[in-house]
Amino acid sequence: MPFSLAIVLVLLVLVLLPMVWLAVTSLRSDSGGPTLGNYRQLVGDASFLRPLFTTLWTSAAVGTVCLLFAAPMGWLVSRSDLPGKRALRLLILASFATPPFLGAFAWVLLGGPNAGLINQWYYALFGLKPFEASPLINIFSAGGMVFVMALYTFPYVFTFIANGLDVIPGELEEASSILGAPAWRTALDVTFPLVLPALLAGFLVAFLQAMTLFGPPAILALPARIDTMTTKIWSLFQFPPQLGLAAAASVPLLVVAIALLRTQTLLMGRRGYSIIGGKSGAITQHPLGAWKVPALALFAVVLGCSILLPYGVLLRTAFVRNWSAPAGLANLTLDNWRFVFIEFSQTRLALLNTFALGVTAATAGTVLATVIGYLCIRRLVWGHSVLGFLATAPVAIPGIVLAVGLFLAYTHPPLMLYGTLAIIFLAYVTKEMPVGYQQIRAALTAVHPELEDASRIFGATRLRALRDVTAPLIRNGVIATWILIFLGSIRELSATILLFTARTKTISVTMFDLRESNDWGPIAVLSITMLLITFAMIALVTRFTQRRII
Amino acid sequence: MTGIARLLMSGLLTWSAVAIPALAQETTQAMLDAAAKEGKVVWYSSVDVKVAEAIAQAFKAAYPKIDVDVERSGSERVFQRINQEHQSGIRNVDVVNSSDASHFLFWKQQKWLAAHTPPDVKRYAPQFKDPDGYYADWRATLSVMGYNTNLVAEKDAPKSYADLLDPRWKGKLVKSHPGYSGTSLTGTYAIVKVLGWDYLAKLAKQDVQQLQSTTATPKSIASGERAVMVDGNEYNMFIEIDRKSPVKIIYPTEGTPFVTSPTAIFADAPHPNAARVFQNFLYTVKAQQLVVDMGGARSLHPDVKEPANRTPLSKIKLLPDDPAAMLPLVGEIKKRYTELFGN
Repeated sequence: MPFSLAIVLVLLVLVLLPMVWLAVTSLRSDSGGPTLGNYRQLVGDASFLRPLFTTLWTSAAVGTVCLLFAAPMGWLVSRSDLPGKRALRLLILASFATPPFLGAFAWVLLGGPNAGLINQWYYALFGLKPFEASPLINIFSAGGMVFVMALYTFPYVFTFIANGLDVIPGELEEASSILGAPAWRTALDVTFPLVLPALLAGFLVAFLQAMTLFGPPAILALPARIDTMTTKIWSLFQFPPQLGLAAAASVPLLVVAIALLRTQTLLMGRRGYSIIGGKSGAITQHPLGAWKVPALALFAVVLGCSILLPYGVLLRTAFVRNWSAPAGLANLTLDNWRFVFIEFSQTRLALLNTFALGVTAATAGTVLATVIGYLCIRRLVWGHSVLGFLATAPVAIPGIVLAVGLFLAYTHPPLMLYGTLAIIFLAYVTKEMPVGYQQIRAALTAVHPELEDASRIFGATRLRALRDVTAPLIRNGVIATWILIFLGSIRELSATILLFTARTKTISVTMFDLRESNDWGPIAVLSITMLLITFAMIALVTRFTQRRII
Repeated sequence: MTGIARLLMSGLLTWSAVAIPALAQETTQAMLDAAAKEGKVVWYSSVDVKVAEAIAQAFKAAYPKIDVDVERSGSERVFQRINQEHQSGIRNVDVVNSSDASHFLFWKQQKWLAAHTPPDVKRYAPQFKDPDGYYADWRATLSVMGYNTNLVAEKDAPKSYADLLDPRWKGKLVKSHPGYSGTSLTGTYAIVKVLGWDYLAKLAKQDVQQLQSTTATPKSIASGERAVMVDGNEYNMFIEIDRKSPVKIIYPTEGTPFVTSPTAIFADAPHPNAARVFQNFLYTVKAQQLVVDMGGARSLHPDVKEPANRTPLSKIKLLPDDPAAMLPLVGEIKKRYTELFGN
């Protein structure tokens, strides 16, 4: 009982304390008295309403684009005889693992209206001139931002749909075709209604992801003088920070996030009824025939835009003097690498900080998630459902909103954490808690309590049973959790951007600083470094767990 | 403003009580030994990151026992970070360089700076240093216009700020932000004084691409992403020209904003001795010549020679900066600018 209380307390401090500070500050005036002034300014001022509107419509657009592309992709991978599925899933995993702000950097180099390489090719191909003809792509626009956000958000939707289709019994579709329905009819009348909740849930998750991103809007929309809520909140944090307004501006994001997740829970909850009975037989793989060509083309376009082109341009930029000039011999150089790893005094500090944060957040997060997961799944303590709720709650807190709350909670005595890595650590542990908890829950659900019971019947204590029976069985799940939290931490930007100081910079904010002075060579070098670390870690997960992440 | 005043007051209360024993002005052996023990100097600077690191490398070559941590950002961002750190009781910065000279007036008023006159600064003209010895102009640059020579023929290139309002430049301009860059802020102040806000309101309708740093805009036109730069560092333009990038500088006929960029030591610097060794180094002929040759800046050191291919300051119509007059207007300039051009 005291133990579970302690855990509840830890979670309350992590999750609730920043949110209480947020709420209180949003209702307080500069002089400290209660006020609704912050909210009044929020609803009355076009400079707040416009970013809110932009955030809402662009997030909806990202959700829609993701559905249009990821739904057919999910169906093809789950239900057709498409060749190379394993490789395709792996590439989608790579899109998932690419930090969206990296993708945004790369797309500046590809889709800048005049110097962007794709536009340069386009102009050259048709004998056009930049500025005279309109560009093929203008990445510095709301549309460009939606495009890039969708490229790195679609894997969420794809996963929902592919996994959703995987559990829908093939017999239902078979029955339909035996009764004489043509394939399109089966797809429309049987498969589609069954997969509809997954589609809607995918849309909502994509919406939520897009809404909380800071990198792509700051990199792609600000140059076009477009603000979103995240860039707006960030601008309110420029010294002297307008904390009351920033807190109030965070509230709409929070409310929308909670509403999205409530809707999603309702939708996913309903899915259960359609899957009756035990494990179904093999899923029919529809032969695609000549349709293979357009099907593969779809994957080629999406993965080309999210992986091939961005990685290619980053690699190219890392090794040339002038990124927009032809990559001839005279343009080739190792200067960017020398600069980043020898001259640039931020690199070492940022790498060290990033690793320190990644390792500590992953370790603390995994321990906490494992304890909470165990207590909840085995229903060992009073209030286990509260624990589960608190561990999942941060899903609804956008990173930047969490950072506002943490900043408010820890910039004054007794807990003066601002300026230390500790405040960023708290942000990462809290933000990654839901991911960790879900992972551990999944691992623990697979271990039936009977195994522990058996060990206890033979006289083992609960701890002994835990150590000798359960721990070895969930080992892989725990390792996977650690690595997922580590990966989530080393790429974090939207919360870090408000919490870092010169001593506590991470790689992501260092790259953001370099962007403000257009130093693309060093950005490309750091991007490649980050991707290499990411993929090495993912290779480790798959080795340890032989588990599909996507 | 009450909120700002309150924040600054609380910063003042916690930070002004630190007394620093008087240290020598010139670099002595005792100072060097103490500096070596401190191990490093933390330098917040707004100069282009590659120039900053080159200076740091030169310093390390001269003083191998003292490391340099460079924290580079735009002047206004540097100012915000330092004030935020002071307010939160974080001591990190030793030496600061900013291209918004009004920052130094503010910090001096707050008594956050340490008086220290590097030996070379004694020979600087009085208008380039603080009479009380708290700071001196480490470098100067101009906030120039510029264009990409592949995209704009010389005869068509704009010659003045007024020319930029021509419809043919719509969608082709790139500009830095006074909320981020001290050079841009100083330039904006000068432009407003000559042409008024009315001019900027019209410019805002030209579909200007809004970047942050005045180091970014020269790189943007060099890459061909935009054709004409409204404001950018003259020194970055010199660097681009030395690299054979297809760009040319425009000194607008209305006049070119002259931007001084002082450095100073903080009174509560965590590495006070290393800070003084570094500050002394920054003003030596060697460092100054490096900032001019490699960094493209204008030096105020009487012994420094300018490369032959650069237009001498005497041939350019300058709009001088006026930090004291600008200081009270900074908040308003940023606000009005952001209303016109966004964040």
